[in-house]
Amino acid sequence: MSRPLAVTNVRLVDPASGYDGPGAVMVADGVIVDVARGQALGALSGDVEAVDGGGALLLPGLVDIRVKTGEPGAETKETLESAARAAAAGGVTTIVVQPDTHPVVDEPSVVDFILRRARDVELVKVFPAGAATKGCAGERMAEIGLMAEAGCLYVTDADRPIVNSKVFRRVLAYAKAFGMLVAHRPADPWLAGGAAASEGEFASRMGLPGVPVAAEKIMLERDLALVELTGARLLVDQVTTACALESLERAKARGLPVTATTSINHLSFNEIDIGDYRTFCKLDPPLRSEDDRQAVIEAVASGLIDIVVSAHAPAPPEDKRLPYEEAAPGAVGLETLLPALLAFHHEERIPLIDLIRTVTSAPADLMGLDAGRLAKGAPADLVLCNPQTPVLIDADKLTSKSKNSPFDGRTLQGKVLMTVADGRVVYRA
Amino acid sequence: MSAAPPGLHEVLQRTFSFPKRHFLSVLDLNEVEVANLLDLADGFVALNRQTAKKLDLLKGRTLMNLFFENSTRTQSSFELAGKRLGADVVNMSPRASSISKGETLIDTAVTLNAMQPDLLVIRHSASGAASLLSQKVTCSVINAGDGRHEHPTQALLDALSMRRAFGRIAGLRVAICGDILHSRVARSNVALLQMLGAEVRLVGPPTLIPAQAERWGCAVFYDLRKGIEGADVVMMLRLQLERMDGVLAPSQREYFRFYGLDREKLACAAPGVRVMHPGPMNRGVEIDSDVADDLAVSLIQDQVEMGVAARMAVLTSLAARLENAR
Repeated sequence: MSRPLAVTNVRLVDPASGYDGPGAVMVADGVIVDVARGQALGALSGDVEAVDGGGALLLPGLVDIRVKTGEPGAETKETLESAARAAAAGGVTTIVVQPDTHPVVDEPSVVDFILRRARDVELVKVFPAGAATKGCAGERMAEIGLMAEAGCLYVTDADRPIVNSKVFRRVLAYAKAFGMLVAHRPADPWLAGGAAASEGEFASRMGLPGVPVAAEKIMLERDLALVELTGARLLVDQVTTACALESLERAKARGLPVTATTSINHLSFNEIDIGDYRTFCKLDPPLRSEDDRQAVIEAVASGLIDIVVSAHAPAPPEDKRLPYEEAAPGAVGLETLLPALLAFHHEERIPLIDLIRTVTSAPADLMGLDAGRLAKGAPADLVLCNPQTPVLIDADKLTSKSKNSPFDGRTLQGKVLMTVADGRVVYRA
Repeated sequence: MSAAPPGLHEVLQRTFSFPKRHFLSVLDLNEVEVANLLDLADGFVALNRQTAKKLDLLKGRTLMNLFFENSTRTQSSFELAGKRLGADVVNMSPRASSISKGETLIDTAVTLNAMQPDLLVIRHSASGAASLLSQKVTCSVINAGDGRHEHPTQALLDALSMRRAFGRIAGLRVAICGDILHSRVARSNVALLQMLGAEVRLVGPPTLIPAQAERWGCAVFYDLRKGIEGADVVMMLRLQLERMDGVLAPSQREYFRFYGLDREKLACAAPGVRVMHPGPMNRGVEIDSDVADDLAVSLIQDQVEMGVAARMAVLTSLAARLENAR
């Protein structure tokens, strides 16, 4: 076991307990052994490594529940190890990887493979999400129960909506019996098919095939009706439009067991950022209008959207250096998630503690993970971050194997100084 | 080599700046540059009607045609333009080369660029392809059509045809009709004609009008007769046959009934109306032969002729900026 660690002179932000104020934290044997609020820790013994935070933020390590790597099957994009390093550099201590790999994570042995690889990497905590249907093909149920036993946290077909309503109904009903959460991307595939951007003035001018925002709402309304029918819990994977938020709000008001995420990209960019066909801004779902972006920010502020994800999706140059329509969608985001999120704190749009909740205790609680809180006895997952330091993002210098960051060239305010996972320092700036 | 005709000679003596390395989008141009290009093209029209059509403005230069989509018309227009200016012209047809064997656009571009062409003309099915290419090569890139996005030399030749027919472009009412959604010709024409002061209208069934096209500053009409009312120019666009038959229009005959241009519908336009079409035409689908072939009304043959002259103007202007230009 590593030496005990004391992080002093920090501003603690712990959404789980609602505490935001000065304090210090003591870590030993991989767990938090003391949290001092507004006061100093007791006398430190000589054996303790003391870190003076200098007034920086000390947050629970971030929990990012939507991360893609290329492992297994496309290790040139990203491996579990390179993703874990990127996560550590971004203050993310728990990641949930998506099942749409080669092979697809649709049976327990692949779940087991990922858990084993993650243990070997020994950086941040990695959990798999399983496929909802075999091969993420949307036709036959995957081994949801066996994958639950093997340790997957939720089931999803990732980017691919389950078109057949009967299949999706069965997935919801079956998963419920195993207490398994189902995540689903709301996108009507017929309206979204072939689209490279959001339908509207910008896409029309650029000559890009567009998808109307209604595609998100149509599928979400279907999903919500099936939640009502089955009583199963649903995680709405990335709400990005104002019209879908109306549906979500109604469903929550009626008490349906629904939780929703959005991505940091949809909070930070709008369709105009595509500019002269910048493929780093080609995402799925595509970037939306500024009106939609504002609605999504408001929804995070009000708590209608519960969780913010990085939607980390590495794509190497051969997938991005193509004409816009042909380029792969997706952006890396593990390292930029926290500083990008802090923008809404700096703009005074969202109180810091609410902002941090969306990437710590909210996803941890939904997944039933012992993570995302600063409490005595909790795993020592911490991130020390100076929220004021400006950082010019240079995609080429990112830790990820793939460099497709839409933040490339932007200056973000907030720098991760140190990341601690299970009491081990896994990153130091 | 022949001497330039007097008009052209005069224009060539003018010094005007065309500070562009590439010719990618109408939006990169300003009104003065367009006027200069049109003047220059006018001169080339006169040259092209002489027996001896060849100049040496591009002598020693290499022009490469890189057409990922088939287009006999545009490709031969660029080829002739290049040859009449004295350039060496190479046509690359992707189907016969490694381009179709999984090589990416960028790899192809870098490979071709290493052969030191001076001017690279590209047509590609993806919007933004020409712009992407221009970021990776050292030569001048000319967009000969990128997906649904732009076809700037077409807009230039259309403007030239109109200016020669009417003596002006400002104040003309131009109705662009048909498949606006998939049309790069429409996008480039809207931008250029609006810059030159024309009133542009868009006409077509709702399924073929892009989302929020009304925000392009054009009135949008779903009724052809109303849309071309009082129009000085009716520009018909090609509708690919596979897009009818219930996909974006119910059938060819229904499309012709409501959106095909025939003499009876054309009577709604202004007296002296001229009809244009970028070609190739689907006769009896978007345009009746009776209208297309009437030389008193149709500018369609002129457009083809103007195409060569307009492209010569573009090549000449770009060549003046090339490295080691005389």
